This record gives sequence, C-alpha cells and structure tokens, in this order.
Amino acid sequence: MKRYRELIAERAFLLSALTSSAITVAILAFMVFMGLPLLKQGGLYQLLFKPWAPFQGSFGIYPMIIGTGAISLLSLLFAFPLSLGCSFLIGSIAPQSVSKWFRRLIELMTGIPTVIYGFVGVFLLVPIVRELFGSGSGLCILTAALVLGIMITPTMTLFFCDSFDRIPKAYLDAADALGASPVQKLLYVILPAAKHGMINGVILSLGRAVGDTLIALMLAGNSVRVAESVLEPARTLTAHIALVIAADYESPEFRSIFACGVVLYLFTMAVTFLVRYLTFSKDQTV
Amino acid sequence: MKKLSIISLALIVSVLLACSPAFSDSLAPFKSEKGLLKISGGTAHIPVMKEAAQQIMMANPEIQISIAGGGSGVGIKQVGEGLVDIGNSGRKATDEEIGRHQLKLYQWAIDGVAPVVNPQNKVKELSQSQLMDIFSGKLNNWKQLGGADRNINIYTRDEASGTRAVFWKKGLKKGPISSGAHVVVSNGAMKSAIAQDPYGIGYVSVGHIDEMVAPVALDGVVPTIQTVQDGTYKVARGLYSNTKGEPTGLTKKFIDFLYTDEGKKIIEKRGFIPAQ
Repeated sequence: MKRYRELIAERAFLLSALTSSAITVAILAFMVFMGLPLLKQGGLYQLLFKPWAPFQGSFGIYPMIIGTGAISLLSLLFAFPLSLGCSFLIGSIAPQSVSKWFRRLIELMTGIPTVIYGFVGVFLLVPIVRELFGSGSGLCILTAALVLGIMITPTMTLFFCDSFDRIPKAYLDAADALGASPVQKLLYVILPAAKHGMINGVILSLGRAVGDTLIALMLAGNSVRVAESVLEPARTLTAHIALVIAADYESPEFRSIFACGVVLYLFTMAVTFLVRYLTFSKDQTV
Repeated sequence: MKKLSIISLALIVSVLLACSPAFSDSLAPFKSEKGLLKISGGTAHIPVMKEAAQQIMMANPEIQISIAGGGSGVGIKQVGEGLVDIGNSGRKATDEEIGRHQLKLYQWAIDGVAPVVNPQNKVKELSQSQLMDIFSGKLNNWKQLGGADRNINIYTRDEASGTRAVFWKKGLKKGPISSGAHVVVSNGAMKSAIAQDPYGIGYVSVGHIDEMVAPVALDGVVPTIQTVQDGTYKVARGLYSNTKGEPTGLTKKFIDFLYTDEGKKIIEKRGFIPAQ
C-alpha cells in the first residue's frame, strides 16, 4: 500500500516537472514562431542593428538592447559596493543583535514591489537629477540605474550574506587564532572563500535588473534614440514591449516585440546557465 | 495574488450602494438590466466612462462596469477579440480594422488635442511651424522662444495612441517627431510628466487640461472647449466607442446613454463637446 502511494506521488511530481519545463520550452517556441514573419522579411541583422522608426518601416531593437545594457550594468555598478558594505556589516562587523535586525530589514526590502520604487523615484529623484545636472528632464539612464540599483541591492546583499555564512567555521577560527583583525579576516579569508557565491549573486541580480519593466518604464524616459550620455533618456527591452503591446496584432511593430522577447529570454537563459556552470565548477574544486 | 493586482492598469470602478436613488429618464432603461460590462481603450475617454459608469451603477447596483485604459490601439484590439464589450478609441478605426473585426463605430464627442507646457514656463504661445520645429528637434532650447536657457524636453505618446495620431496629423502636419523624445503611456501620465518637468512640452486631450499643465496657444488660438467647438482650434478629433457587430443589451444601453441629456452633461463636464 505504501509503495503504491509512493508511486503515485512520484508520477505526480514527474508530471508537474514535465509540464513546467514543457511550458518554458513552449514559450520560447511560441515567441520564435510569432517573430518569424518579421525575421524572414528583414532578417535578423536589420532587427538587431537598426533604429526603431515604425513609420519609416524600420523595426530595429538595437537602441533598446543598448538601453537595457547601459541601465542594468550601471545599476550593478551602484548596487555592488552598496551590497558589499551591507553584507560586511551584517556578516562580520556589526554585533549579532544589530546584524539580525538589519538582515530582517533587508529581507523585507526584497519584497517591495518595483512600482513603489518607480513611484518614489519619479517624485524624489527625478527633480533632483534634473536640477543637479541642469540638463535634460531627469528622466534618464542615470535615474533609472540609481533606482534599479537600490532595488537589486537587497537581493545581492542576501546572496552575499548567504555565501559568507557558508564559509567553514574552521577557516574563521584559524584566522582568529592567528590574531587577524575583523577587516583582515574579511579581506583575506571571507572574500576569497565566498567568491563563487558572490558571483552568483551578482549575476542573478543582473538578471533581475534586466527583467524589471516598471522602473525603466517610469524613470528612463523611453526615448528610442541611442543615448549619448547617462543624462539622456533611453528605452529598455522590457519597457519597449510594454509600450508596443498596444499596437495592432497584425502590424510588424507587434511582431517585433516577439523578437525582443526572444532576446530577453535568451539572455535570462544565458544567465541561468552561467550560474549553473559557476556553481558546478565550484563544487568540483571544493 | 488577487486578480486586481494583475490588471494593474485597469481601473475597476465598483460602487455598490444598497439604496438606489430614483431613476432619471436617461437612466430608466437600465432598470431591468444586470450583469457585467467591460470597457477598455482610449485614455482620453476614461473620465467620461467613469462618471457614466458611476451613475449607472448607483442607479442599479445589479450592474457592474469595469473600465480599463490601454490606449486606442488596445481598445480596438480588445473589442475585436471579444475581450471587452466596448473598445474606446481616440481616432477613427481604419477601414482595415473595421473590416477585420466587423466594428460598429459610435462617435459621441469631439475633443481637441492641445500642446501643453509646465505652468511655470513663460512660453505660452507658438506658431505651428515653431511647434513642428520643436517636435522634430530643430528648436531645442527654450531661450530661442523667449523662455529659460534650458533644453526643451519633448514628451510624446506611444505609436498606438489615438491622441498621438491626431496631434501628429493635424498639429505637426505629419512632420517628424524626434527620436530623442520621451515616451509616456497615457494622457494622465503625460499630464503628470509635464507637471513635473518645468522644461517639458507635450500634448494632451483638451478635456484633461487643468491647473497642473498650461495649454499653449497655437497660431494665436488658445485650445479650449470653446475654440474646439467653434472650429477655430483645428487640432481636434472624434472620440469613439466601438463594438464588435451590432451592440445589444447592456452594451447598447450604455452607448445610448452617452447620447442622452444626462450623458451629454457628463461629456460637457469633462471638457469634451457632445456629438450632435
């Protein structure tokens, strides 16, 4: 009887695993299929390297790819030192009671919906950026990257903390025994040992930054020109999809957003595989 | 997650009051009705839709009306697909769209599309050629127009917007819009963007203009309800409600309501001119 039950449970789990993985593949197939007519018409080259000017028959997503890259990488640049500082504080410098509260707070922050960050950014950060630099509207790459950086910081911090926690206690004890100061311990023991976990955290946060729609839509200005400075507006792939989805189903504009979807999908997949690869190689070395 | 948060753009109006006031003549047809009416599309229409829905739902709590935005493109698409009962558009649906979805068009109001700037901006008057130069990016500093020495920030709408279509056709004579322009997703978003940015210029439906933004006179004509109505302000368009095929039941009654005295009152109150 018990074996029977186990078998049923096993099959049910297998079925759900198959379903979810099939859906993932089906989504990619669907997007490629929907984007195909446009790819045949103008070719991949045109799509990836031409500007977006639907009234002139040009449906390239090149500016959006650049916009996504610029905003997400810049946000990483802001988030990395912040997260590093937070995780150092939580992981080693602060006393137990403080770090526990800090950690709770950061866990709470990961749950804040991105639209709230965007909303606060519009009213607080945009006027500051506009007046501080005295050019543009304040809706620009810099503003979006700053807010996005704040948004991904909690995620990254928690990843860092987790990888610090995984360091064998013997290492830390050895450092203590040698008379290392907390800072020395951090720099020479914790950081090198937690490197892999930290890289994972950075890559996954990058994935989050690339995938976020609302912050860029609300703060980056959504212009379709390739920006020349961080104070100019830009459009991300996700914001582009959100903006074009209102277009007529049969139009090439609408078709082109499937290509955006494919690009985003492939990027996320690449990130996932990279994380897998890094985790795997770490397991091999330890 | 509740369904509500999924449709974050959707504005679901549900006023469920137990006591129903006396039915006015315009609202009388709704007496025996019940059910759900779904409306989406043009964002210029929303204030009128909301108030009409409110009155109808107050009169008869058995009726529920949901109103979502999305823009003209979404309105036509969703009604064509049968996702909503009424799809609003701020432009006339193209012959191709009418043919493909068997659309029935009901124009219930006329609306102007006005260039707007921040109330702090000193520039409150432009010629049409200046307007075209601004939007194409040729004129890029307010100083050239007698304003502050700051770059002009252009705001426009997404390509599926009916407001954009009309402004581009009649306001800019189909001239180019700079690719460096900021893009916002609704009339409401345009208004708050311009209200926030002292150096911005954009365009909204005349019905949306209030103290948050200042209209810009075009060739000496200030866009107001009066100038749109008497035809002196030229950048105007019809506001349409579209149905798939001949409307029936609640859908038909809702559209008919927009043409009643009560409906016209709402349309006027919201800054549009009721269709004759």
